[in-house]
Amino acid sequence: MAITTDNAPAPPVAGKPGPTSTGRAGDKIFLGLSQGSGILLLVIMASIAVFLTYRASLALAENDGNFLTTFDWNPAGDPPVFGIAVLLFGTIVSSLVAMVIAVPIAVGIALFISHYAPRRLAAPLAYVVDLLAAVPSIIYGIWGALFLVPYLEGLNLWLDEFLGWTYLFEKTEVGVARSLFTVGILLAIMILPIVTSVSREVFLQVPRMNEEAALALGATRWEVIRLSVLPFGRSGVISASMLGLGRALGETMAVATVLSPSFVISLHLLNPGGGTFAQNIAAKFDEANELGRDALIASGLVLFVLTLLVNGAARLIIARRKEYSGANA
Amino acid sequence: MAKRIDVSGLTAYYGSHKAIDDISMTVEPRSVTAFIGPSGCGKSTFLRTLNRMHEVTPGGRVEGKVMLDDENLYAKDVDPVTVRRTVGMVFQRPNPFPTMSIYDNVAAGLRLNGSYRKSELAEVVERSLKGANLWNEVKDRLNKPGSGLSGGQQQRLCIARAIAVEPEVLLMDEPCSALDPISTLAIEDLISELKERFTIVIVTHNMQQAARVSDRTAFFNLAAVGQPGKLVEIDETERIFSNPSVQATEDYISGRFG
Amino acid sequence: MSNVIQDATPAQAARGLSKGTLSQRHLPRWAPAGFAAVSIALGVAVGAGAGLHSRIQWGLIAAALFVVVSYVVTSAVENRRQAKDRLATSVVWVCFLLAVVPLLSLIWTTVGRGVKVLDGYFLTHSMAGVPGFETGGGVYHALIGTLEQVGLATLVSAPIGLLTAVYLVEYGKGALAKAVTFFVDVMTGIPSIVAGLFILSIMLIAGLAPSGLMGALALAILMIPVVVRSTEEMLKLVPNELREAALALGVPKWRVILKVVIPTAIGGITTGVMLAIARIAGETAPIMLLVFGSQLINTNPFEGAQSSLPFYIWEQYRVGSEASYDRAWAAALVLIAFVMILNLVARGIARWKAPKTGR
Repeated sequence: MAITTDNAPAPPVAGKPGPTSTGRAGDKIFLGLSQGSGILLLVIMASIAVFLTYRASLALAENDGNFLTTFDWNPAGDPPVFGIAVLLFGTIVSSLVAMVIAVPIAVGIALFISHYAPRRLAAPLAYVVDLLAAVPSIIYGIWGALFLVPYLEGLNLWLDEFLGWTYLFEKTEVGVARSLFTVGILLAIMILPIVTSVSREVFLQVPRMNEEAALALGATRWEVIRLSVLPFGRSGVISASMLGLGRALGETMAVATVLSPSFVISLHLLNPGGGTFAQNIAAKFDEANELGRDALIASGLVLFVLTLLVNGAARLIIARRKEYSGANA
Repeated sequence: MAKRIDVSGLTAYYGSHKAIDDISMTVEPRSVTAFIGPSGCGKSTFLRTLNRMHEVTPGGRVEGKVMLDDENLYAKDVDPVTVRRTVGMVFQRPNPFPTMSIYDNVAAGLRLNGSYRKSELAEVVERSLKGANLWNEVKDRLNKPGSGLSGGQQQRLCIARAIAVEPEVLLMDEPCSALDPISTLAIEDLISELKERFTIVIVTHNMQQAARVSDRTAFFNLAAVGQPGKLVEIDETERIFSNPSVQATEDYISGRFG
Repeated sequence: MSNVIQDATPAQAARGLSKGTLSQRHLPRWAPAGFAAVSIALGVAVGAGAGLHSRIQWGLIAAALFVVVSYVVTSAVENRRQAKDRLATSVVWVCFLLAVVPLLSLIWTTVGRGVKVLDGYFLTHSMAGVPGFETGGGVYHALIGTLEQVGLATLVSAPIGLLTAVYLVEYGKGALAKAVTFFVDVMTGIPSIVAGLFILSIMLIAGLAPSGLMGALALAILMIPVVVRSTEEMLKLVPNELREAALALGVPKWRVILKVVIPTAIGGITTGVMLAIARIAGETAPIMLLVFGSQLINTNPFEGAQSSLPFYIWEQYRVGSEASYDRAWAAALVLIAFVMILNLVARGIARWKAPKTGR
């Protein structure tokens, strides 16, 4: 080290100072550019929060109602009144319905692909599932509105008849199935691919020796899954579900096409009505004046925070799992 | 309870590749039989055909007969799950269930095979851990995860898990290759104790180990890389190591190749 | 077993039947197919008999019957453990079918109803002068809009995403890199409507008018994290020996990255960018807020309202006439074809350019 620095510099610096110096400068410029992009990313995230908060504060200053508890959205009124109670409720309820339906099915499909499907079928199936994640949400939306809604009416009657006593499935209003429940089913179909593919990845990572341990004890296929696959994959499935939940919370077009919105909170899931943050923004944007837009931005800020929390939690779980499995290997 | 294994004309494939070819041998009950041979000679593959674990690997396929006393493991109406219950296995790397406690690891096999009263279960767990010479080291932390033990302890935990279901035969696939010398010694002692009760088959890379623990030794070899492995000879361990009947065995044992 | 020499242990006593013989009563291999056939027949019979007009109910009845029948028969013929195993298998199969049916139906419907008005005329004409509830008109203006907006978004986000990924993989250490990594992940989860609202708030503050560019900026925000993630994965696959070999020759680091690392990973990077394009091409919400929508051809993305394919679908859906539904489906088919072709080509490139070491 010391010898080379003593010896080497003299001839090269004299001989070709050009390349070395441009090399240094090039390195600096390149580092600056790439680091700058990274910083730009942070700036974008920060300014999303700042700009939304600023415009939201303008709207909230004018609001005559309570932003959190008002069951109305009328920023053009005199005085302007708007609140997110219904939207928060509808967003969470529809996403929960979606999760309850989608997560078990997605785990089932993931297991099907990783452990049950004939080997020749598994790879193409995984591929198809990935492709389905690419179908644009607006197409799910019009399919849901024009195809799924009519088909769900029979199921709704059924649920009302046999499960009506649960209150949740009691249908007290007549009308087509443009309810939070239908929205939940559609969202479930939409988040299936993402939850499936993340879970599948985790299931495929289960160390072979863990599965063989169970097999050698005389476990059936299901017992192998219960003993070694599911415990290993649990945190992965949880974070996959959270990622799916994040998608469901922020989905706009599929909800906007299917739901017939109204500003009521009802746990009768089959009744038409209700609303979600994103759907409300899509529906009210056209007719909104400047205050109306700021009010919508305020509701969007709440949605932003909500998805941030859910996604952050999912990422933390994934990160912790990595440490765990790394230490194990 | 220990049973005799009688293999005849056994050939195993990975897809279209023939891994071992036409192997026949007898494994005596209540004894230790060691499999030795160079890497890739199919001794582990052969071991895995003895409890139908070979067919679990993608493309794995077996032809031939493996008689356990008077029943063929590969008969048409035999359930591989039952076979694996009857023929236990210990792997190269210790593989306790990472999310389970020491107690649950040992009880796992029993819980699969039926319902037990708590006291029964505790009794079996204690007996198995004692049988694996692990009881004194873990009796105060049975509810701690099994992955917190040292490598050698984990391997003994896996042995305890395997013998808890009282198998007829215990297969061991290089059980000491991931362990330090002291843990290896502990496992070897354990093997000599276990052969009182079980038929034991052990694959090992370590010829001294084969000489130390086994009653009979089988030498496997392959003609060339890519060729299927074959059984060269099986005999009393003493004979194999002092006066083998095949030249290849002597070459291998005296370290001339492999 | 009778030849037990040691005292019979409780384990052996409780094991009972399963001990002693390896063979058991078995259902034939075609049993699951048989259960399925019986269940479907029963499901159809019950559905038709009870006059349920929705096929969804027929299917659910058949699925439930399948699960129950296979459990009951297996536990009668074999044993409870086998029955549980069979139960799990049939549930997993049912899950798979439950998911496949709606997805197939989605594709089927889109293709079936989309081809009705999809022709050369539809692709080359705008909606200028066509009242929404009448037939005629086309998707040309929306196609132009989508291509321009997506193109602009790619121009903005590809360099930023690429450079960020280079930073994370080649330079990234310490708190800044950790923060960037975390926020890239979080950014992946931003709902598209929130990205739209963000640009909207800037427009409100700066007094900007809606244009294709505004939409493109929102799309870029959605696209950047996807590009970063995929590029990062690809750069990590470049073996360190390559970098070290070049550095050992005295090549400056930035040239190593430009001349060695990125060219090695270029196939994967292209794939990632194309998948990201496919993802944003279907985004509707930001376009709705920021580009405003138009019936006319506007080839200038920097000024004036434009349309886009997903927005066009939404617009035609809202008109609510048979003619507009037909146009919506046709546009949906165009959009799906666009996205799927991008996906297939991207994955094709990935496979073709994959490093030889993989598998």
